[in-house]
Amino acid sequence: MSKVRVLVGTRKGAFILTSDGKRQQWDVSGPHFAGWEMYHLKGSPVDPNRIFASQCSGWFGQIIQRSDDGGKTWMQPGTPPGEQSGPGGMPKGESNKFVYDTSAETGKPLTTHQFYDGNQHPWEFKRVWHIEPSLTDADTVYAGVEDAALFRSTDGGQNWQELSGLRGHGTGPHWQPGAGGMCLHTVILDPSNPQRIYIAISAAGAFRTDDRGKTWRPINKGLVSPYIPEPTAEVGHCVHHVAMSPSRPNVLFMQKHWDVMRSDNAGDSWQEVSGNLPTDFGFVIDVHAHEPETIYVVPIKSDGEHFPLEGKLRVYRSRSGGNEWEALTKGLPQSNCYVNVLRDAMSVDSLDKCGIYFGTTGGQVYSSADAGDTWTPIVEHLPAVLSVEVQTLV
Amino acid sequence: MIRVVLPGHLRTLAHVNSEVQLRIDGPVTQRSVLDALEAQYPMLRGTIRDHVTQERRPFLRFFACAEDYSLEPPDTPLPDAVASGAEPLLIIGAIAGG
Repeated sequence: MSKVRVLVGTRKGAFILTSDGKRQQWDVSGPHFAGWEMYHLKGSPVDPNRIFASQCSGWFGQIIQRSDDGGKTWMQPGTPPGEQSGPGGMPKGESNKFVYDTSAETGKPLTTHQFYDGNQHPWEFKRVWHIEPSLTDADTVYAGVEDAALFRSTDGGQNWQELSGLRGHGTGPHWQPGAGGMCLHTVILDPSNPQRIYIAISAAGAFRTDDRGKTWRPINKGLVSPYIPEPTAEVGHCVHHVAMSPSRPNVLFMQKHWDVMRSDNAGDSWQEVSGNLPTDFGFVIDVHAHEPETIYVVPIKSDGEHFPLEGKLRVYRSRSGGNEWEALTKGLPQSNCYVNVLRDAMSVDSLDKCGIYFGTTGGQVYSSADAGDTWTPIVEHLPAVLSVEVQTLV
Repeated sequence: MIRVVLPGHLRTLAHVNSEVQLRIDGPVTQRSVLDALEAQYPMLRGTIRDHVTQERRPFLRFFACAEDYSLEPPDTPLPDAVASGAEPLLIIGAIAGG
């Protein structure tokens, strides 16, 4: 019997929602790590019971947690309870340590980026926004962090090394923080090409490596951002999220600050597919598990008003890869709804009848077991939802 | 034994329920206390002071004997009452809320 596990990160802890394949009755566990900001949790495709979690706090910094039993118990990799010290009393506890590469041997490490005031500012590690486990190795996992950089662990999250070729890209001094900080929030691994990784940064844009992270290039041709000094610049675009269908990894969909975009050539060029959306501002975007031309967004009124138009929470679905969109409203509040849906807060399962899930800043997690036709709240009163990831278990 | 009182979230992280006790050989200073604390509870590394710079995280402060020692140099000896175990070193998070 198939099973679905939904991993929810919130401002005040993590929650795990589980159901059978019917997705009608749900068990809710949590809060895990109560009181901490849980930016993201994601399970390993290789070992679904292995889940990585980003736990952070303005007071105490960044913690990486890992579960090897599907979220029942957790530990900091390398520092399990009862094994708190290494040989000779030397501390382990390295899993919290994200240190930018400053060596001359590995690319061109940068020391500054553009800051809000236009001056150059040193790179400062703040938190992990997104965790992306490897598609082929349960011990390998990537972390997208603020200030923007990509780290990789090959020992289950115990030690982290920066892939500094990205931060050392020649455009680095032109990257700048968006309102949420200068975050690397999207990491997509190409299932057909282990050398290829896509990432996205707010506000720098999208980047791609074709050599497992050694070298990178910006892939922002076709993006137009009138709110930056050079609207078609190579970097500087506020990309909110990027999604890919695993069955067609050369096709990418992007929710930019404004504009919904698609690329049919692995990001080499983009075209706008906002079409008849009532507003093309938003944060999330995702692709149906079995229909690579069926995509989902949640339009948000504007950059100054982060809530749905007219107080109506509507998911929009396109079955044509963009341009032609339909509003999905059945089961969603259609009056007085002023929540937001953040960039990592939508996910899909891979059951035959594809399930769609999203969480709101009002603490609701909605699910649809029929590809978006109808929606039901799984939970309604969580802290603000930061991320939603789904595991389909067989 | 040196006594240290941790904020609630760090007690949870370290799997302790109350104050912790540390054995320190040599001068009792902020640095030696934090070194001993992190050696005994390595999951706390990076949570009280930065992993790289070893600077105190900005929203945490160190109190002892009703005095604030947060801005003292890390190698300044802590009060005798802390060194003798009569009083704890308090690690306190900034209050945030309404």
